Amino acid sequence: MRQKIMLAMTGIAALLLARNLYVMLLVLPDEKHQNAAYRIMFFHVPDAWTAFLCFLAAMIASVLYLVKNDLRYDGFAASITEVGLVFGAANLVTGMIWGRVIWGVWWAWDVRLTTMLVGWLMYAGYLMLRRAIEEPTERAKMSAVVSIFAFADVPIIFFSIRWWRNQQHPPPADLPPEWWAALFMNWIPLLLLAGVFLMIRMEQERIERQLNGLRRTVHAF
Amino acid sequence: MAVPALRGSVRFLRQSLTIASKDLRSELRTKEALNASVAFALVILLLFSFAFEPTEVETRQISGGLLWLVFAFAGALILNRSFARELANDCLDALVAAPISGAALFLGKALANLALLLAVELVCLPVFGVFYNVPWTLQFWPLMLVVLLGTWGLTVVGTMFSALTVNLRLRELMLPMLVYPIMVPGLLAAVQLTTPLVMGQPLAGDLIPWLRLLIAFDVIFTALALALVETVLVR
Amino acid sequence: MNPVQVAGVWKFYGDFPALRDVGFEVQPGACMALLGRNGAGKTTLLRIVAGLARPTRGSVSVCGAESRDRASRHSIGVLGHGISLYDELSAFENLHLFGRIYGLAEPKRAATEWLERTGLARVRDGLVREFSRGMRQRLAVARAFLHEPSVLLLDEPFTALDDRAIALLQTLLRDALAGGRTIVISTHQLREALALATHVALLVRGRLAHTGERTAEMLEDTGWLYRHYGEA
Repeated sequence: MRQKIMLAMTGIAALLLARNLYVMLLVLPDEKHQNAAYRIMFFHVPDAWTAFLCFLAAMIASVLYLVKNDLRYDGFAASITEVGLVFGAANLVTGMIWGRVIWGVWWAWDVRLTTMLVGWLMYAGYLMLRRAIEEPTERAKMSAVVSIFAFADVPIIFFSIRWWRNQQHPPPADLPPEWWAALFMNWIPLLLLAGVFLMIRMEQERIERQLNGLRRTVHAF
Repeated sequence: MAVPALRGSVRFLRQSLTIASKDLRSELRTKEALNASVAFALVILLLFSFAFEPTEVETRQISGGLLWLVFAFAGALILNRSFARELANDCLDALVAAPISGAALFLGKALANLALLLAVELVCLPVFGVFYNVPWTLQFWPLMLVVLLGTWGLTVVGTMFSALTVNLRLRELMLPMLVYPIMVPGLLAAVQLTTPLVMGQPLAGDLIPWLRLLIAFDVIFTALALALVETVLVR
Repeated sequence: MNPVQVAGVWKFYGDFPALRDVGFEVQPGACMALLGRNGAGKTTLLRIVAGLARPTRGSVSVCGAESRDRASRHSIGVLGHGISLYDELSAFENLHLFGRIYGLAEPKRAATEWLERTGLARVRDGLVREFSRGMRQRLAVARAFLHEPSVLLLDEPFTALDDRAIALLQTLLRDALAGGRTIVISTHQLREALALATHVALLVRGRLAHTGERTAEMLEDTGWLYRHYGEA
């Protein structure tokens, strides 16, 4: 059943991506200043939205774990943080490519990209911490605390870097309406893919929990 | 009711101060972390000077960044020791089993760390002034305020993660890895405040938003740490 | 209300049950010997009663309060594997510190008194790191008894002690029992523990296989309990 759902989601995502690529490449006209390159934005921006949602969900799951002590919340938090890191990385890479094409530099300390980079480092630290703690309950507890600290920091990081640098990103309000439609349309397949990755990871986490429990049981007898 | 709450707060503070004085007495007897931290800080100051050979003007323009990098790196040595010193002889168990709340234990250690870090920094500042030939006392008291606020932010986050990583094998590696990204806004604010103050600008106007950011950072993470430290300490 | 009440306690590490539905009570003036093989869950159980860990399920109350409450922690004295003393502080400073943390009215006087009782008055200003092993152990005993706890939890206390320290501890424990205190000792050293114990509890793979009074048979034949209730 899971398999079927995952296949369906992937299938729909693929179809939507295909349709979106068609629209992006052939239907939408070239933009005034950036010609063809701006189209990468339709992946770049929803990547950031997806990553942000993932980290928010991770924080909520972490709080729920601390309250309810159910390891499934921890499994969810870990999995969705990984998914968030994937989309965050995609955001960084597409951002760098876009920057190279239109500004001539790979990295310009622009506000949103820098915020994403710092956030990425925080959550990479989260994963490294998890790898360093073997005992599942300890690991869950410690990572939950880190996840809460990290997400609380995200808005502070954003504001601090914004004050530090002038805005170089085009402000969103200037986008024509058909672009917003395209952005959201492309967000949907990305969310579906995120969902599929999440389901795969969560299944892995569940199996690992069972294995760990069995392993300890065997050793104790 | 008011009276038990007051009594509770007094006890909380008294216990925190007991822990703080214990940590300070312990550290001052061995001076291990303190010496290592000061030595490390001086070495970094020296290395920067060789690496960049900044002129006096350039140094003044990067003074904030230079000083806070030194403070952050050297501070990590002290922060790491904070909960690690409780591991020998299972002291941490005795403290957790005692009628002292995790928050009081945390606050006591954070206060001790603050004192130690400030001591290192107050050694670094004159050395910086001498090595780089930069007069840094033009806005002395505002600078001290910024040093205090910035160090408190570093201390709070560092002490919290010291508690979190205390049982890890790779503690010395994990602590900086976790703390530094989280510290970015706090350090950024501190740097943005320090450079103008070293150059003699008053603490006003453009600098006020940064001051507010630093204070907000301190308040938010102090609250989070006090709320979550008990969870981290009790298995 | 018994000083130590454990009910329905489960402790999971991930999916692994370290303690399974453990429940028992200890009356005032009783000394319970907690027995079991390595890995049976003795240390885990003691840590939970001491408030060092939380049970996944179930409840623990000490002197009428939940085991993490301040009220219960005041009444508990813990002697674990480590001595829980600071090497860089002196004997007096260590006891004074714990006296203050436990909120004693006169921590200095209590510290001095216990230094005398454990024969360490001469070295009160000596740093713990310079002490011999026996001295460290005696100081650890002083620390555990300092705040006159009504419940004493000892995890394998006789294992690393020298003769003098064992004698001291046995005297103190007997006095405590006579004074109506409650003791739980987890141990492998059956002989010393069973001599003191009024009750026994046997943990087998996280489950309580037997609780009851310590009988004469158990004292004479230390393997009796394992043969009858545990694995051989």
